[in-house]
Amino acid sequence: MQQTFVQPEFRVRIDYDKCHKCGRCVQQCGWGVYDFAERPIPHDEKCRACHRCVTYCPAHCITIEKNALAFRENDNWSTNLVKGVWKQADTGGVLLTSMGNPRPYERIFDKLVLDACQVTNPSIDPLREPMELRTYLGRKPDAVQVESDGNGGFRLAEGGGMTNNLKLDTPIIFSPMSYGSVSLNVHRSLAMAAERLGILMNTGEGGLHEDLYPYQDHAILQVASGRFGLNPEVLGRAAALEIKIGQGAKPGIGGHLPGEKIDREVSATRMIPQGSDAISPAPHHDIYSIEDLRQLIYAIKEASGYKPVGVKIAAVHNVAAIASGIVRAGADYVYLDGFRGGTGAAPAVIRDHIGIPVEVAIAAVDQRLRDEGIRNQASIIAAGSIRSSADAAKAIALGADVVAIGTAALLALGCHLCQSCHTGKCSWGITTQKPELTRRIDPEWGAERLTNLVHAWSHELQEILGALGVNAVESLRGSRERLRSIGLDEHTCRVLGVKPAGM
Amino acid sequence: MAYDLERYDTFDVTRYRDESPFKIHGGCGLMGICDESGALMSGDVAIRAMAVQRDRGNGLGGGFAGYGIYPEFAELFAFHMMFHDMRAKEEAEALLAASFAIEVAEPMPTRPVKGITDAPLLWRYFLAPHPEVLEEREMSAEDYVVQMVMNINARVDGAFVASSGKNMGAFKGVGYPEEIGHYFRLEEYEGHTWVGHNRFPTNTPGWWGGAHPFTLLDWSIVHNGEISSYGINARYLEQFGYTCSLGTDTEVAAYLFDLLLRRHKLPVELACKALAAPLWSDIDRMSADDAALMRSLRAVYGPGMLNGPFAIVLGFNGGMVALNDRIKLRPLVAARSGSTLMVASEEAAIRAVMTAPDVVWAPKAGEPVIGRVAGMESPVHSQLHLGAAEISCAVTGTDVSCEESLEVAV
Ligand code: SF4
Ligand code: SF4
Ligand code: SF4
Repeated sequence: MQQTFVQPEFRVRIDYDKCHKCGRCVQQCGWGVYDFAERPIPHDEKCRACHRCVTYCPAHCITIEKNALAFRENDNWSTNLVKGVWKQADTGGVLLTSMGNPRPYERIFDKLVLDACQVTNPSIDPLREPMELRTYLGRKPDAVQVESDGNGGFRLAEGGGMTNNLKLDTPIIFSPMSYGSVSLNVHRSLAMAAERLGILMNTGEGGLHEDLYPYQDHAILQVASGRFGLNPEVLGRAAALEIKIGQGAKPGIGGHLPGEKIDREVSATRMIPQGSDAISPAPHHDIYSIEDLRQLIYAIKEASGYKPVGVKIAAVHNVAAIASGIVRAGADYVYLDGFRGGTGAAPAVIRDHIGIPVEVAIAAVDQRLRDEGIRNQASIIAAGSIRSSADAAKAIALGADVVAIGTAALLALGCHLCQSCHTGKCSWGITTQKPELTRRIDPEWGAERLTNLVHAWSHELQEILGALGVNAVESLRGSRERLRSIGLDEHTCRVLGVKPAGM
Repeated sequence: MAYDLERYDTFDVTRYRDESPFKIHGGCGLMGICDESGALMSGDVAIRAMAVQRDRGNGLGGGFAGYGIYPEFAELFAFHMMFHDMRAKEEAEALLAASFAIEVAEPMPTRPVKGITDAPLLWRYFLAPHPEVLEEREMSAEDYVVQMVMNINARVDGAFVASSGKNMGAFKGVGYPEEIGHYFRLEEYEGHTWVGHNRFPTNTPGWWGGAHPFTLLDWSIVHNGEISSYGINARYLEQFGYTCSLGTDTEVAAYLFDLLLRRHKLPVELACKALAAPLWSDIDRMSADDAALMRSLRAVYGPGMLNGPFAIVLGFNGGMVALNDRIKLRPLVAARSGSTLMVASEEAAIRAVMTAPDVVWAPKAGEPVIGRVAGMESPVHSQLHLGAAEISCAVTGTDVSCEESLEVAV
């Protein structure tokens, strides 16, 4: 084979003076970087910078460095573009990658700031006063109808109140990640954490494994284009159903889980033969129009005993019109996935160049639904990429009811964002089905870390609400008056419905 | 004869009424008193209650509303109006004359008071829409009045309708409330219900129409507070056609009451529970039926919940409602003496009026205090069928989406 022009991205440096020669690094690396001949010998070209070996080296003698080869300066041809051309000339293939879009597009969240109360209205101390985050996910009536209860009081009139909503103790849920792309232990961790937190996990398109049945009231089950892992019995188990139309990391693109990953357990959960490729077509072949979507929504409601049914879409140019159609088609929530959202595998050209930021998608959809007077008819879940409680607060202020976190949840489980999930060799045991790797995650440990993370963010949301002088999250939701922009252009400000700082 | 409307369409409306394009911040003092037997009290009661709360304002706005004050004209709409100049008065009167039978047109009785300067021309009219006009338009008298108020406020430069209900009136202006009260000779009026307000705006408005109470037909609202949820409350109301253009929290509260009471037909107790919702932890402890009702109210009206410190008194022809925010961040004291119910920002106001109240208490957070005058109707304008945008215009005197509806003919 000819020499590839692509040089290693990283250098694995070992301080052999300190090395115990224990070989742990060899065993820890999922990508087989190390040989061992009296001492560990790294093959730099295989390294993904996942830091698994670094973390577990007892001598702290490993560092991973950038292979900073100098090229003649060229602002136009970045090193990445050059390497891409070389790789494709080597293989003739599409460049695959994973996790979210890493390119330096504007990060709108980072140009929005929140308000605080002073003097004319007081801030509220969340440590002393109640600070409510409870959120109901689902369709609400426009008005509540009541009748006399015969004793001088009132009660809900028949059909006059809210039905079929999911109670969340905090407006942060886990985003869909399928069993198959992530390991069963990751699913177990998410499900246990969701139960403890009073929130929801989402199965993604790979079905609900039997082991998760005890947590089914905290699981959203996805109905994706491959229709994996679905039958009336499982539909009846989940707390809600979600039709997945698109994903922020790969709008318009289907999925392909190679047969090697379809072991006995995955095969049973997805309800497909062991060893066969699991192919999710790009569109749903029974949804070629909004009428078709409506039929599917109602078919699923019927089959599941009238559970809430949501629709997940990628944020693209006309997201507001699509979302409006989805709400009118009967969906109980719309899930908006921004272009920074993560994936287990996607063509880099798609991940990096298709879709719009979730911030503008939230703003456009929330406003459109209000303009049409149908905002109460569905909740908005926003995802792709909520990186902190601040992002969550800003997303909620722009109009989201709930935010969903995927990448942040995986980070809590050890992910180091090496963007190599598609290789199936994740050293952290997250996006792999290899038993020697998946057992690295103990679900109890995972659940605790996820619970900690969401608790911490929830506390921070409470701090933010307190500073804003309100004591319930519904008073922040859609309250764009509490946001100001710094350095966003006028047009973006208009779309966001946010004034520039100083006004 | 059709009124010359063209010029209104092309008229360059300088916004006499706009105080600020942005939200106005400020604190305030308020009072409300209601004799549930329907017995009448002199307006002096309201003045005394506000005078002891002088420090809660800064002289930039005071006002009152009284109910039952015009028994001799009880069936007529009482328009209290402010005019910048004679031209505004003539224009507004021409509009009124075109479709109303004007029984009385007279200057508001006032007396010179030190501290009150720059008063606009203040007039009142007792009138009824011509039946044939209503028939032609297929509108109720109430609908028509709201539309007229809107037209005047939005279209007649320099004219403002301070109140337009039956057997009630608003008296307000720039000054301390006791000065405003004396100026309007309030002690000469007798009413079964009074509300009063003292304003502490943190900008410099100097516009008489901007003082509280805000009114719509016979509703009046006085408000002390700062609604930290203003942003989402306003966006929520927009969905129902209300346009919050005055930039005051009071406007938001007024429309929310209108939405919940009149359009969604909620009883006033429940409307208050939606606006100052109980905590989830309290709801979870309620009986199953109550919890289901409260959960629905909270989830459905969450965007309308008034969050932040406030105390509000809503006056109407059948009584009044006083409401505190959900964790009581602004003062509100209540008292009862015989058939008289009273609320105020400070107990001093109560002691200034009631020598020996039977009971004085601090209403709990979010717990409405409701006064109902025996034998009078519930506070819902069931006859009103106007769109929200039109009502919005009427209260604030702004000019939103009303172009099509201006068509005043004789
Ligand atoms: S884990 Fe660390 S100490 Fe052990 S062999 Fe590898 S480099 Fe040496
Ligand atoms: S891929 Fe990860 S575990 Fe392997 S050498 Fe690189 S940093 Fe270490
Ligand atoms: S999940 Fe694993 S493979 Fe994927 S980015 Fe994180 S560490 Fe890398």
